[in-house]
Amino acid sequence: MKRVVITGAGTVNALAQDVSGTLTAFKEGRCGITALDIPDIDRLSIKIGGQVHGWDPEAHFNRQQIVLFDKFTQFTLVAARQAIAQSGLNFDGRLGNEAGVVLGTAGGGVNTWDENYRSVYAEGKNRVHPFVVPKLMNNAAASHVSMEFNLRGPSFTVATACASSNHAMGQAFHMVRSGMARAMVTGGSESMLCFGGIKAWEGLRVMSKDACRPFSLNRNGMVQGEGAAVFVFEELEHARKRKAEILAEVVGFAMTSDAADIVMPSRQGAARAIAGALKDARLNPADVGYINAHGTGTAANDKTECAAVAEVFGPQADHLMMSSTKAMHGHLIGGTGAVELLACIMALRDGIIAPTIGYEEADPECALDVVPNVAREARVDVAISNAFAFGGLNAVLALRRA
Amino acid sequence: MAISVEDTVRAIIAEQAGLDLADVTLDSSLESLGVDSLGVVEAIFAIEEAFDVSVPFNANAPQDSGFDLTSVGTIVAAVQGLIDQQAA
Repeated sequence: MKRVVITGAGTVNALAQDVSGTLTAFKEGRCGITALDIPDIDRLSIKIGGQVHGWDPEAHFNRQQIVLFDKFTQFTLVAARQAIAQSGLNFDGRLGNEAGVVLGTAGGGVNTWDENYRSVYAEGKNRVHPFVVPKLMNNAAASHVSMEFNLRGPSFTVATACASSNHAMGQAFHMVRSGMARAMVTGGSESMLCFGGIKAWEGLRVMSKDACRPFSLNRNGMVQGEGAAVFVFEELEHARKRKAEILAEVVGFAMTSDAADIVMPSRQGAARAIAGALKDARLNPADVGYINAHGTGTAANDKTECAAVAEVFGPQADHLMMSSTKAMHGHLIGGTGAVELLACIMALRDGIIAPTIGYEEADPECALDVVPNVAREARVDVAISNAFAFGGLNAVLALRRA
Repeated sequence: MAISVEDTVRAIIAEQAGLDLADVTLDSSLESLGVDSLGVVEAIFAIEEAFDVSVPFNANAPQDSGFDLTSVGTIVAAVQGLIDQQAA
């Protein structure tokens, strides 16, 4: 088995349109959730989100590309450019045959669906733009990354709702670890902050109208976000030989299915995924210093997640830190695990733990150290990142300090 | 309205619970009728559609929603309250 390291990272999210800006925001505990600026907001009851304000496609793409790229693809490509530039890899030669792209998204081109439904249903138009299908398809982002960087190995898109990114990165990890690929571009993206995207979530009655407050007793729901994060996973010896800067090592991954309920989380399913990732990485609970929680800020997720962590870690749970950065960037749904992996890398590399902001009242059912409101300095050797999706699909990654 | 608020609410809940209308009495709780959290959200949607009202309900904090879901009877009263509010 090969060892797998991360040699590049990129992101666009509500906090910043790059990694350094995002990490600065994490350190400052800054909130990127604001009033939404979208058409027909007056007909929505949810009016806040982790929106990427000031997004300027023309700064990144030419006219032909803008016509062809849904916003989820745009976010992905900008994040991928940053990640691949940082890695220093070039895939034009033989390496391109041994490298691919696996990305996560839950909804794909939701804005494209929304705009075109509006056009044919609300505005009564009988003709849509010829690129609607290639623009909205869930694999559009992965395909455009493959084309822009000449990645000619295995590429596909994973859709497991809120765990999409973690499942995608798990696949990329497996491919490099098994020797099937030398390097993989991986992560995820989501852009569903449009009228239809938010209206759908409103229906479920789990959204907060004022703030995302993970683990806080007065939490009242999740807040959507948008954006992308993309990483370069590379085989360790390949990275060493070219003296690449290593951001962190990916050491374990596990996925489980609750086989129980389409929306309610399961403690057992989550616990089996966390324990599975530790086993895969040959780690003991005591090795883990930080958990980036799924931490959606819903009543159900947060208490179930804390119970799962308590089950896996036992008394050790009192000695680890677990925070949810969703209170800062919102829930990026299929892209969320990717953005949150940045908090794990920051913990391992910089020794700074991103806080759970918006934390106001202790909840006895979430009695863990959730790093409330203020970032903390701490040396961490191993971090894990949780993602638990609707549909009961759980995916947990384990990372080690390089 | 020909059909009473009570009958409509009971019919909506009976459909969610998969029970006969007669089994849905005013003093029964949603839990005792076997309506789970997703069923509650769906029943509230059906109530909103049936009465053209907006029910203030957040699944994360049902107790703070100002819409009493304790029993079928309290739901009927809450729906009647919303209808009266709208008429006022």
